[in-house]
Formats: sequence, structure tokens, C-alpha cells
Amino acid sequence: MSSVRVDPQRPGRELSGGRGRRSSPSEWRWKDRLALALAWIAGIGLCLIAAAIVLYMGYRGLQYLRPSLLASRPEASISQSASGGFLDPLEGTALLTAIGVLLAAPLAVGSAIWISEYGRPRWLARVVESSIEVVAGTPDIVIALFGLVLFQLSLFAPFSFTASGGGVFGRSFIAAGAMMSLIAIPPLFTATRDGLQAVPAHMREAAFALGKTRIATIRSVLLPSVRSNIATGVTLGVSRVIGDTAIVVLLLGNTLRIEPEGSVPIVGLLRGTGATLTSYVFDNSPAGEGGAPQKAYAAAFLLMVFVLALNLLVDRIGRSQADSTGLTVAGAVV
Amino acid sequence: MLERLRAPWPDRRAELLLGAVSLLVVIVVVTMVVFVAVQAWPTFQHNGLSWLGSGGSLEEQIANTQSTSSAVPASAFHIRAWPLILGTLLTAGVAVGLGLVIAVLSSIFIVELAPARVRRIAIPVIRLLASVPSVIYGLIGILVLVPFVGSHLISASEKTSLQNTVELTGASLGVAIVILTVMVTPIMIALICEALVSVPNSWREGAIALGVNPVRAMLAVTLRAIRGAIVAAAVLAGARALGEAIMISMVSGSRDFTPRIGDGITFLFEPVRTLASAIVDYHEGVGAPALNSTLYAFALLMLFSALVLSVAGYLIKLPMRRHLVRG
Repeated sequence: MSSVRVDPQRPGRELSGGRGRRSSPSEWRWKDRLALALAWIAGIGLCLIAAAIVLYMGYRGLQYLRPSLLASRPEASISQSASGGFLDPLEGTALLTAIGVLLAAPLAVGSAIWISEYGRPRWLARVVESSIEVVAGTPDIVIALFGLVLFQLSLFAPFSFTASGGGVFGRSFIAAGAMMSLIAIPPLFTATRDGLQAVPAHMREAAFALGKTRIATIRSVLLPSVRSNIATGVTLGVSRVIGDTAIVVLLLGNTLRIEPEGSVPIVGLLRGTGATLTSYVFDNSPAGEGGAPQKAYAAAFLLMVFVLALNLLVDRIGRSQADSTGLTVAGAVV
Repeated sequence: MLERLRAPWPDRRAELLLGAVSLLVVIVVVTMVVFVAVQAWPTFQHNGLSWLGSGGSLEEQIANTQSTSSAVPASAFHIRAWPLILGTLLTAGVAVGLGLVIAVLSSIFIVELAPARVRRIAIPVIRLLASVPSVIYGLIGILVLVPFVGSHLISASEKTSLQNTVELTGASLGVAIVILTVMVTPIMIALICEALVSVPNSWREGAIALGVNPVRAMLAVTLRAIRGAIVAAAVLAGARALGEAIMISMVSGSRDFTPRIGDGITFLFEPVRTLASAIVDYHEGVGAPALNSTLYAFALLMLFSALVLSVAGYLIKLPMRRHLVRG
């Protein structure tokens, strides 16, 4: 149409505005100009804050992180030069993440499949979905307190250390890992359920038409096609577990080193206490007892690197599932 | 029913198995609420609803709860939790309020104003802000912001004016609010952006065609269309903010001190303690029955508020979903 005008400065862009030219902010009302300016300031400001955090942690990390810290065990010492490295917290983080995700994955994926493929009776499906929402909204410190009372039951005595008087300690890798699985369930569940719901109905119908049963369809058609969603969910869950401090501080016993309980190799480790990177940072900051800020910075830098890497990983596998804004993946802010 | 019976058995068994797994999740959640409530019961039994009120020094009351003798005196349970509740409301409320303004403005920036190149940077950056662990925020707070506030922002006269009540070190309500704002803003941005892009383009185009400028169209049409989502975002961010424990415990001074709003601007520099950070600070004393029950009561109150907030968020989003997500 001949009525479409083209901006001579920027060919290809149509001019908007009824009077045939683009209104420039300088002719707007001052309120609108203020809103425009504030929006720019807010957006750029947030980016600057994030950049400042990353750069500052990077600076401190490179200043204090030595490869020897990664390989040496922590020592009880007041002086920062003699308090050793954080090999044990690193192992603790890895172990706790593994337990948390291994416990969360079957629960979350199983209930996501049940909700989206079976989901009868309807009310039960609603109840399951709402309870997962409740878990998602529960503060981690409350989950940690729940874990404490749960694992102090004599029923769960085998999972931790029992004092001579019969009191159950209730703090161990199993206890902390079980509660970690609770905070890993919501993102994993949402990612899997959304993935399953996005699988086109004709794929199921084709499988049914070939005589496959529901469960055979799930195993050979649906699960392979939502593999990347599950991977995203696992990554989100891992980044929740790695970053959580409250559960570790309350439920892992907060010992300097990993202290296995009993002599059976793996079981003893699981019943034992320990520390993770997050609790190491907390304990070595002025808020904890350690007062070793250099160690805290070094460990926090490592934690930050993990978080950044997980973020990139979510970006990689989750690009196809990210919604139109790219800010949320699988309904979770990542 | 008939259809399900006709399906081969293994399928039925799979359904039952998966259903049992889902049921297990429900059972865990119900157990959580019940256990926390049962543990919290003694303190409510002793204090009634005045538990929520104010009165007396919280510091002394908590010291009293730490008696570990086998027969705990009833007086050990006496507690008035208002200072902590006020602390929680202040930190979470102000952080969400501030964050909401920033979140709305930056959502407009991201969705509407930013050139594509800037947007490609801004989105991962905001996701990063949302995923930084709270202990790192706490570490930066306690090692960078707290000393800065303590030595540059608090004047000597402010320190002396309060020297008989509390020491102003910089670990304060203000620092907690600032960091909490940075922590909850990305959550709100994500939810608001999601709503912004779901508003049909033609609505905004219609407004622009009527002659208003793009910013005015945004404020008058698009924002009005998503006001439900904005409230829901604030509510959900509030649930996150009131549960934040580790960061607040690190930067807010960990004193059982009621911030006194009457102190003017100094009020922002006074220490504060919230329900969540009290649990972190006192968790080692759970062996004492009265303190144990008190801490679980804090947890129960948080659990209850989080529940109310998420139900509220859901209800607010309902009518929106009905008439917007078509587009």
C-alpha cells in the first residue's frame, strides 16, 4: 500500500503514529518520559547489580582460591592459613546432591506421569498437584525442621547416630538428602508434566492403534520424547540442592569433616555427618564460628561457578522448552 | 471403568504403582504439616493466641525457654513472638514493595523497550540473579555491605543515641531489605514478563493507533490488563521473602530487638530478627522442650502464611487465566 511510510533514516521500519511521523520521547508528557527513564534505569540497574556480584565474587575467588584448597581436608584451626581446604565440603555437596536427586527423580517423574497419563480419580490428581505446590512454597528452613523431627523418631534410628541414652540424633546424609529431595521435587515434577502435556495426542493414538498398552506407550514413546524435559528438571533440582544452606545447617550435623557413623563402608557414610560448600561458606563467614572470610570467599566462588554452569546447562537443554519470555523454564524461575 | 478393566493387567499394575508414588508425595506433605503442628502445640497451649502479641523482652523469654530440666516449668513456655513477626513483616513487606516497582519497570524494559541485543543479555542475567544461592548473598552482605553501612552510613551521633539499647554495627534491617529486594525481584520479573507477552498485541496497537505514545499505551492498557498477574507475582515473591532464613540471619545482626519505627531513619540501621532467621540462630537448642516447641511454632506460622499466600496467588491468577491466556 502506498500509505505505508518508511523512515528515511532506518529503511525497512514503518513509521507509527497517526500523523505520519514517529513521536519522539521529547514531546511526551513528563510523566511518560519519567516512566520511560525509570524503566531503562531499572532494567540496566539490575544487570549492573548482577554484573557486580559476578565480578566481585570472581575477583575474590581468583584472589583466594588455590588448587591445593580443593585437594586438602579442612582442619580445625583459628588461623586461616592452617584451616586446610574444602575437600570434604565438596564431597559432601556431591553426595548430598546425588542422594537428593536420586530420591526425588522417581517420585517426581512417577507422579508427573500418573497425573498426565492416568490422573483418575480426578480429585486425587488435584490433591497431588496441590501438595507439590505446597512443597514448592514451603520455606527450606521449615522443611529442615520437619526433617529433624522426622528423623529423630526411633523408627528412623537406623538412619543416624543413636546416643547412649536412646535419643536419636536425627542428623545424617540420609536425613539431609531426603529433605533435599523435597525441594528438588517441584521443578522436576513441573518440567516432566509440562513436557508430557506438550506431546501431541496423535503420538499416543498412533501407539494405541498399534496395540500398545498405556504403560508400553509411556515407556517406548512418551519417556523418550520428554527426555530433555526431565534433564532440565534434574538440572533445576540440582541447582536448588547445591544452593541450599538451611537444610544442611540443621540436618547434616555440620561437622568439619565427613564423619562416617559405624564401620560399614557405604552405609556408614550415609548415616554419618558432614558439611557442604554452602554450610562451609556459612560457617566460615563472620556469621558462623570460623571467621575465615578468605576461605568463605573461595568456597563461595566455587559455588558460584557451579551455579553459572548449571544455568548454562539449563539454557542448553531447555532452550526448546523455555516459554516466550525465556525467563521461566518449566514454570520455574531458574 | 469398563475400559480400564479391559486393559491388560500390567497396565493396571503400572497405574497403581504410579498412583502409589503420587500418593506418597501427598503423604509426605501431610506428615510435614501434622508433625510441625504437633511439635508447635505445647507453646500455643501455654500462651494461647497472645503468643502472637507483644510484651516483655523476647531475649529473656527465649533464654527462659532453654531450660533442659526434665520437668519443664510452665513459665518456660511463656513467649510473645511479636518482635519476630514484625521483623518478618517489615523485611518481606518492604522488600516486596520495593521489588514490585523495580520488577514492573524492568519487565516493561525487557518486553517492550530494550533493543533485541540488550534483551538477549538481560534475560540470562535476571535468571542468574534468581539462582544465586542465598548464602552467597549473605556473604556479600556481611563482608561488603554491613561494614560499609557500619562505617560510612551510620553517623556517630546515631550510634551514641542508641548506645544504651543496642549497638549499631551495620548489620541491620536496611541491609536485609536491600539484599532481599535483589533476591525476590527476579521472581516477580519472570511472572510479570510472562503475563506481559500474553497480552494480545492488538490491544496495545489499538491504543497506539488512537494516538497515545508507546509508554502510555503500556501503562494504560497492558499493565491494567495484567494487574492480576502483578498482584500474584507480589504474593508469590512474598512467600519466598518471608521464608528466607540464612541470608537474613547473616546480615541482620541476630539480636532479639524490635525495630522501633519511631526512631526515624536510624530505624533502618537497627538490627532485626525474623521468624526464619530465629530458627537458624537457635536451632542448636532444640533439645530444650520449650525452645523446641517455640521454634516449631515459628515454622508453623511460616508454613501457614506460605500456604495462605500461595492459595491467594492461585485465586488471583484464576480470572486472568480465563480471559487472557487465549491470546
